[in-house]
Amino acid sequence: MTALSVDGAYVIAPDSEMQATARRARSRRTTWVWTGRVLALVFVIGGWQWFTAVGWVDKFFYGQPSGIWASLVHLFTVGTAFGTIWENLWITVEEAIYGFLLGTLLGVTVGILLGANRYLADVFGPYIKILNSIPRIVLGSIFIVAFGLGVFPKVLLAAVLVFFVVFFNAFQGVREVDQNLIANVRVLGASPLQVARHVTIPSAMTWIIASLHTAFGFAIIGALVAEVLGAQHGIGLIISQAQGTFDPDTVYAAMVIMAVVTLVAESAIALLERSVLKWRPPSRSEAQAI
Amino acid sequence: MGAHNPDHSPVSGNDENAARIEITGLTKRYLTPKGEAFTAIENVSLTVEAGQFCAIVGPTGCGKSTTLAQVSGLEQPSGGSVSVGSQRVNGITKGVSYMFQSDSLFPWKSVLENVMVGPILLGTPKREATSLALDWLRRVGLSGFEDRYPHQLSGGMRKRVAMAAALINNPRILLMDEPFGALDVQTKAIMQTELLQLWEQFRPSVLFITHDLDEAVALSDRVVIMTSSPGSVKDIFDIDLPRPRGDVQEIRHEKRFLELQGQIWSSLKDEVTRAYERTAGAAA
Repeated sequence: MTALSVDGAYVIAPDSEMQATARRARSRRTTWVWTGRVLALVFVIGGWQWFTAVGWVDKFFYGQPSGIWASLVHLFTVGTAFGTIWENLWITVEEAIYGFLLGTLLGVTVGILLGANRYLADVFGPYIKILNSIPRIVLGSIFIVAFGLGVFPKVLLAAVLVFFVVFFNAFQGVREVDQNLIANVRVLGASPLQVARHVTIPSAMTWIIASLHTAFGFAIIGALVAEVLGAQHGIGLIISQAQGTFDPDTVYAAMVIMAVVTLVAESAIALLERSVLKWRPPSRSEAQAI
Repeated sequence: MGAHNPDHSPVSGNDENAARIEITGLTKRYLTPKGEAFTAIENVSLTVEAGQFCAIVGPTGCGKSTTLAQVSGLEQPSGGSVSVGSQRVNGITKGVSYMFQSDSLFPWKSVLENVMVGPILLGTPKREATSLALDWLRRVGLSGFEDRYPHQLSGGMRKRVAMAAALINNPRILLMDEPFGALDVQTKAIMQTELLQLWEQFRPSVLFITHDLDEAVALSDRVVIMTSSPGSVKDIFDIDLPRPRGDVQEIRHEKRFLELQGQIWSSLKDEVTRAYERTAGAAA
């Protein structure tokens, strides 16, 4: 900080004072950001509660925050007609994880294969575009008819949704590889397999990891939708039962639970991303954080 | 040549002619995306003796890079031939290293792993490759930076890593495609001096593409001037400046340097002007 002294010259402040000023500015900013966040939350939730309490909005159709809280408490203390909330949650998460793993594995394999091989890409490219354009969520009905009400059709639907997200990213990632790097290792005597191991796959990794964030969201959606279509356990079943009994509060409560699960999974993927992509300049991941 | 680890160099350095590059009547034609045939280089003939440092200078788009790609065997010529040693190039030439203007380092590998790639690809055991890479990092003055990633280094340091990675396999031929083109003037001069020092120790044959005439004269034994589209050899100058050349910055002021530089520039000038007029005409 500079200040005018008595004789009119600028006085340079010592480093410690500069640092202290910067620290004060930072903490002031943090306070303001959190104040804004809390206010926004109070405004939305409080407004919702107020409107439904006064009766401007019918809580029979739109639910009520206090009612959502009550049904969350009910779900976790009493449970459901088909087991505790933990059992049901675990089944849904399990389906989503298996679907996620299966879809990712297939997506990465097929994506790298088609990305690296022009001929295969030309042959299968149009079909993949067609498959991508059909509303795949409807496949859930077919899977349930074909494989029953168990876990498998849910895993399958989640995997189908995940596959396309990961596939397109892996494919693009392989296509974006720096040709100079490939030329470089080929001159050094790399076999096609070594080119894939040292250049193509690590380079595509950035794209693949970036797609995993979206992909896990899709895995949860796939599992939930398949459960709503027909299941004996799971959060999706809780939702469809609540819909049948005109209980929007429980539907919202299930949404809250799944949102928490997705956020936890997101941060796990972010951790994975940070360890696998630690070679990247930090600015890029900061831009992605928003 | 290889004081360290000669068994992993693909060709023994004692064989005088193994590193001789002979380009005869080389022609390369491409199909443009529109389907028209385009002649990139036509009837290029030049010889680089074993252990010679040869620069290729020419206007933009005269097929300098194309010539290098034929020597490395990454591309196949449409006509004529390239021989390395006494063997005709057919497929990837063994014992060649490339250096590009872009760093072409692996951004996901640490500095050490980047330098190790060469020996690893040749099947060297990891431990041996590591000690070799550490030795090379010391040579290029990057000891202590083994665990950094390329994005954490300055442009000059990245070039040093690329140089170590290119030389670690003790190549008989080093192909350099405007390696210092993107550097600032001071860094460029430092890198040129360091390149010369390393080259004088190991003496691979070098084909060095550059736009910078000063750079070409200061570094090379021979400067080849190419004409533009289709690229062909216009003139070849032998540079008789004594070796070792020492500091590249100093040599620029020597009388003989200026003489040679003047001669070569008068040959190059017409080509550059013609190429410029063509692109300017195309843009208008």
